[in-house]
Formats: sequence, C-alpha cells, structure tokens
Amino acid sequence: MRYSFNTTVIIGGLLIAALLSDTEAHAALAVPANVTLLNVSYDPTRELYQSENASFARYWKQKTGQTVTINQSHGGSGKQARAVIDGLDADVVTLALAYDIDAIADSRLLPLNWQQRLPQNSTPYTSAIVFVVRKGNPKGIRSWDDLVKPGVSVITPNPKTSGGARWNYLAAWGYKQKQSGSAAQAKAFVKALYRNVPVLDTGARGSTLTFTQRGIGDVLVTWENEAHLVIREFGADRFEIVAPAISILAEPPVAVVDKNVARHGTRNVAEAYLSYLYSPEAQEIIARNFYRPRNAAILKKYAASFPNIRLFTIAELFGNWRQAQKAHFSDGSSFDQIYAP
Amino acid sequence: MRLFSKKQRRILPGFGLSMGYTVFYLSAIVLVPLSTIVVSAFGIEPERFIAAVSSPRVLASYRLSLSSACFAALFDAGAGFLTAWTLTRYRFPGRRMLDAFVDLPFALPTAVAGICFAMLYSPAALPGQVLARFGIELANTPSGIVVALIFIGFPFVVRTVQPVIAELETEIEEAAQSLGATRWQTFRKILFPHLFPALLTGVTLAFARSIGEYGSVIFIAGNLPFRTEIAPLMIMSKLDQFDYDGASAVAFVLLLASFAILLLLNGVQRWQEKAYR
Repeated sequence: MRYSFNTTVIIGGLLIAALLSDTEAHAALAVPANVTLLNVSYDPTRELYQSENASFARYWKQKTGQTVTINQSHGGSGKQARAVIDGLDADVVTLALAYDIDAIADSRLLPLNWQQRLPQNSTPYTSAIVFVVRKGNPKGIRSWDDLVKPGVSVITPNPKTSGGARWNYLAAWGYKQKQSGSAAQAKAFVKALYRNVPVLDTGARGSTLTFTQRGIGDVLVTWENEAHLVIREFGADRFEIVAPAISILAEPPVAVVDKNVARHGTRNVAEAYLSYLYSPEAQEIIARNFYRPRNAAILKKYAASFPNIRLFTIAELFGNWRQAQKAHFSDGSSFDQIYAP
Repeated sequence: MRLFSKKQRRILPGFGLSMGYTVFYLSAIVLVPLSTIVVSAFGIEPERFIAAVSSPRVLASYRLSLSSACFAALFDAGAGFLTAWTLTRYRFPGRRMLDAFVDLPFALPTAVAGICFAMLYSPAALPGQVLARFGIELANTPSGIVVALIFIGFPFVVRTVQPVIAELETEIEEAAQSLGATRWQTFRKILFPHLFPALLTGVTLAFARSIGEYGSVIFIAGNLPFRTEIAPLMIMSKLDQFDYDGASAVAFVLLLASFAILLLLNGVQRWQEKAYR
C-alpha cells in the first residue's frame, strides 16, 4: 500500500512539475522535502546547538520550504574526532580545537585548508578560559599567579584526553610567557601550577563535577561558558566567576565534512548551516549561551556577560594547533616533561 | 571426523554441529576482535613499539595496575571466601537477598560504581571526612583504586567458591572430628585443600578483570601521571592523541599479560587436580 501511495505522489509531483514551467517548481523537485544533518560536537555545546538547530530549521524552512532535522552527538572533542575518522557519518563537525579537525583532515575526509573556508578561522564563536571559585573567594584568587601559591588546590582536566584542558594549559603557559618573555619560565610556571592539581579528570565536565559536587579544589579553570553553566546550575550563592586580566582566546572551529556530505547529497544545507552561525540571529543565541559572539555589535549588547579580558590567540604565541600539540601534548613533550619525576 | 566418531559414541548426536558452532562463536566474538590488536601491534616498527610500551609513564601505569589488581584480588580472596561460606553453610532470614546483592557489581554499569565511590570518599561527603580524620585518603589515591577493584572482583571469588562449598558434605568434617582432628586441622587439612582450586580460579579471574578495569576506577583514581594513572587510561589517552600505534602497543602488552595469567591459572588447576585425585 505504502509503495503505491508513494508512487502516486511521485508521479503526481512529476506531472505537476511538468505542467508548471517556472524555475521555482524545478528547484523544489530537485531537493527532497526532508533532510537530515548530523552535527558531531564536543561536550559543553549541547544546549547551544539545541537552540541553534531550532533556529536554523525555521530559517531553512522559510527560505527553501525544506524541513531540516539536525541530530547532535556530543562527547570529548578528541573522541568525537576519532569517531568521525572511524566512520561516524558527520555532515558537520564543531569541535573544541582545530587540531581535532586537522586529524580528520589527515584522514582525507576534508581538505587540509579547511580552516580558511569560513570567516575568522572557521570559528563563529569563541570563549575565554576563566576561573570559578567558591563563594566569597576564600583563597583570594585574582590572577594566574595566585594558582601556583602553596596551599591552593586547582582543578583542571587532563590535557591528554580533554580539549578544554589543552586550552587551560596553553592559557597558563601563554600568560607567563607574555609576562616574562621566556619559555623556560613559562614551563616552570605550569609545572608549579600542575603541582597544585590533585586530580586530572578525563574531560571538562568531569572536572566541573569534581569541583562542584565532590567539593575538591579551591579554583576550577574552565571555559567561560562552562563557568556560567556552573553558576546557573549550582547557584551564585555557592560559586563565583573570576576573570583573569589576561587569558587565551579559545577558538572552537566548525567545518563541513566533504566526503560525507558528498555521499549524503547534503552539501548545500550543511554549508548554509555553518554560515548561518555567523548571522545576527545565530550570534544572539551564541551570546545567550555565554559563548563570545564574533559579531561586535552583539558582543557589545551582551557586554555584561563578557568581562574585558586581554585575550591572546594560539597563532600569536604557539603558531598553529599542530605545532602546539607537538610541542606541548604529544608523548614526551612539555606536559610529559613537567610530570617526569 | 571419522577418527572421533569411532572412538566416542555419544547418546546425543550433534558433536560436529556443536563443535563447529563453538569454533565459529569463539572466532567471531573473541578471537577476531582481539586479533586486530595483535595485527596492528605487529604492524608497528619494533623501535616505536618498544618506545611506546617502555616509556616511564607507561611503565608506571603498568606497575600501578598490576599492584592494585593484586592487592584487590588478595583482599577479595579473604572477603569472598567468608561470604561464600556464610551464604552456603548457614540458613538465615534474608540469605537470598544477600546472595542476590553479590551479583550487583556484575550488573551495575561500572561507571555508576565509580561515580558512587568518588562521591562517597570525597572530602565533601561524610564517609570521606570520617576516613580523613583517621588519616585515610581514598579519593584520588592508589588506595582508592584498590577499593574500586575490590568491588569489581568480589563476585568472581564468591561465585566460583560457592558451588564447591555446597558440594562439600558436612559428613567429611564430622568424620575428621571423630578421628580426633582439631577444628583448625579440619579446616586446614580437609576443607581448604578441596576449596583451594576454586578459590584460586576466583582470585585469578578477579585479578585479570581488575587489570583491564576502566569505568569504575577512572572517577576515583585522580589520573595523575606517574602516580594514579592506570594502564587502560594510557590506552585511552594515546587514542585521544590519535596515536593508534601507541595505543595498540600498550593494549597488546595488557592482552599478553591477561593471557599469561589465564594460562598460568589453567596450569595450576591441572596440577591441583592431579595432586588431589
């Protein structure tokens, strides 16, 4: 029954299309009525993309008449990248750091120059690395230097397994390197800092739970958006955010996975989806979810959520993510060295 | 085939079919997935392989995994033996309930157990505070890892020892007693030798399981390099760096270790069987 019904619809559609000779009808026939995208993302973007997807679906329906459903997959950034390399059918990836998308590019699912395809390093939103402390800030933590003081317990995840943790590590390193001008001093600084770390959780969310639920540590180093989530979930009466004067500009990039969209025939909608993230509507949603929007006017509008931090970039101090990864996080590099007995 | 059928006449037919199924099952479910580790491990240049498995950090994680699994298995040997004895030899209200509880570590998702431990022994919770008063710190220490592994290994010991205790007739004890053996002699000379092979099997299973345990340990371990990083975490962290070769090298060594332990177990059991026949 169903088959014959479908056939009727298709034949009917073809007849109507043949009768109408204007281009609109042809375009409508060329694209299916429903399309599905899979957005493979990292851990804390769950809420952001729920709102973005609903907004984009409305926009796309209005523009093309097509109903788009966007499925989300979340997890540690590195794990998600590995899943895509191993065959998870992502149309777009929106991960915590460029190195993870570089790894996907290395497996030839998208071109190596993927980061030049969209404006601003393919990052429609950014974040900063900030501190969360317990109410009243009992240890008086104001700056990065306070984190290495004896008796201060710092919570940050393991940079080997967490993308967020790598931003934290480079933020601390970059702070010291800019301040002292010496890489050796920066290394001694992060070594002292990690001596104050009692536990290295495997992901950013794990660290958040260690700090909030298990009550371990005096300060949590984390994404600005995650810090706001802590305040929202656990209450401003228990925690407060401390923004250091200097931090790193965390750029979580987005990209279309060329091989997969070619196979699904979803290139148009996937590209439109990522471009939409730069639109004023999407940038508003970004700001409301405590990510820093790229759109200057909207950033200004939400200035209350985003304190003025002097932000340095990966490019400024570390070249690019491949170089940063090699120098600091691959086996035998600076992170391993600071822990070597 | 003909060789077998001549020798072994069975009442129920179907040896060929069931043997074929067994071989297929073992291959498809166990050997093929594991062989991928072996294949990829052999694909690595020897120097890289050795570098991956012998870096100080990886060695420290092997040491930690093996030693904490060993401590946990030894503890389980005592606790599991007592539990099995109590549950089989005595009848008391609520026995079936308790018996069912033993299986919980099998059924509970290990991550859930891990989170429970982490919560329980954190400085924010009462048990953690009480222990801290006695100078015992479990959260983010090697002792915390041992506690999680004790939990994981416990049912292995109980469930392997229980049926053997059930088979032991109380008449044997009575006979020993009537022949003038003391209680301690009865236990040491009569009961224990019978139970030892089963206990050993249970302890080895618990040990082998503990070496590879990830979910329940990761939340309480702390995961600090050289101090509280377990071997399975090294595999995960190598994978997260897209170092597939390094990960399979470390995994291969773990696989070898597990296989060696199980082989050893088989040998000991055979020796036991011979000694007590």
